[in-house]
Amino acid sequence: MFIDAIIEIFSHSFMVRALITGLFISITASILGVSLVLKRYSMIGDGLSHVGFGALAISTALGFAPLVVAVPVVIIAAFFLLRLSNNAKTKGDAAIALISTSSLAFGVLAVSLSGANSDLNSYLFGSIISVSKLDMYLSVALSALVVVIYSLLYNRIFAVTFDEDFTSATGTNTGAYNMLIANLTAFTVVLGMRVLGALLISSLIIFPCLTAMRVFKTYKSVVICACVLSAVTFLVGLVASFMLKTPTGATIVLANLIAYLVFFVIGKARGKIHIKAKGA
Amino acid sequence: MIICENLAFSYEGVNVLSDVSFEIKSGEYICIVGENGSGKSTLVKGILGLKNPSSGRIIYDGISKKDIGYLPQYSQSKCDFPSSVYEVVLSGRLNSMRGRAFFNKEDKAEAQKAMQLMDILRIKRQNFSELSGGQKQRVLLARALCSAKKLIVLDEPASGLDPKVSYDMYSLVKRINSELGITILMVSHDIRSAIEFSSHILHLNKTQTFYGEKEAYVESEIGKNYLCIWGCEHHVH
Repeated sequence: MFIDAIIEIFSHSFMVRALITGLFISITASILGVSLVLKRYSMIGDGLSHVGFGALAISTALGFAPLVVAVPVVIIAAFFLLRLSNNAKTKGDAAIALISTSSLAFGVLAVSLSGANSDLNSYLFGSIISVSKLDMYLSVALSALVVVIYSLLYNRIFAVTFDEDFTSATGTNTGAYNMLIANLTAFTVVLGMRVLGALLISSLIIFPCLTAMRVFKTYKSVVICACVLSAVTFLVGLVASFMLKTPTGATIVLANLIAYLVFFVIGKARGKIHIKAKGA
Repeated sequence: MIICENLAFSYEGVNVLSDVSFEIKSGEYICIVGENGSGKSTLVKGILGLKNPSSGRIIYDGISKKDIGYLPQYSQSKCDFPSSVYEVVLSGRLNSMRGRAFFNKEDKAEAQKAMQLMDILRIKRQNFSELSGGQKQRVLLARALCSAKKLIVLDEPASGLDPKVSYDMYSLVKRINSELGITILMVSHDIRSAIEFSSHILHLNKTQTFYGEKEAYVESEIGKNYLCIWGCEHHVH
């Protein structure tokens, strides 16, 4: 019965597009997420998604192609958000909240002034049907790019994430790597918004890493586990949302939450066994 | 190998350190001592290029960032970072990679050697964040050793460690200095170990109040005073 349901689901071509786009975006987001979460830049992902929403809404209202405007705007935003969080004096987290809520407000205003309310929903909460072939190709290309860059720079990204001062002092341009991660995140967020929506996209960045960290304790295993987790939770969430007729984005986030809770329990149980073994 | 000329540093326009002029020569073991807030860590950050001086200049002669190892001041922020001891130590070889994407046999052999010297081979696979304070500092010293060809800069490597573990830490640093010929620049709170192990003392108190060989420091007015404060404190305990 389950198999039948899956076959039925993916007999729709829009579902195949959603599957491919979402799967690639999820994996990409989870890889970048490991660095963002561990560098305590989680808020940047969140801020970027709100800026992305604002940019998409305004560009649609003005009749521009959404991605053409949103991608550069979000990249510029990434640059500023990064500077803000590195500058301890200006209260980085508050400044990021300021920027993201303002962008949200601009976006909502732009959508309501242009009179297309259905679009507001699809931007905020994602819309599987709106995933176009272009979105799909772009997300596959982006994911391939991120995976290749990340693999080639893996050791450098680890060092920058683990200890920026040390890495900078011993001769690596850490600013460039921060910028690279922020830019790739900007791309991922804009593309992923079509599937998951502006409000939920940052969960794709944050959840898999946090979940993996409950159980795995080396950097490499956390990265690999986060990738696998993000793919599985996306798949489960997508199929469940189709069968239960629930909103896709929210269902995927719930799948992530459940995975987190399961890993949390496993982690705790393991910790107890560990302590007992040590005590004995 | 590094010459500092009339260095001054400020935060937000407020001077925290001025008139620092001294030279780090190859093979020396220099301890930077002084009260809290005297500008020790700031000077070290300046020499490492992490903070720009507000005036003066630093001349690097025959040494680049790629020859330097660094052991930063202990920070709580890494307490939940998932990483194995081996991953951390190996990351010290980053500045020897040049254009390569991955670590090669030589990198891995160097990491192995550093871990052996620090006596942390048996915890190689353990989670870095779950180690004790002393073990963590050994791991970070092994990482610094991996990236250092000429100089290791340490910022209070023994802060928060108990006396025995601190002493072991200082002894390890001394071995690196005398056996491997690596120059040491260390910020230290512990004036007694500084006198015991170092070759030169730089005393800061918002400005440079002493620089010279440790024998001269012990005889100097400022050195005597500072040692007395410490001696008295120890007496009270």
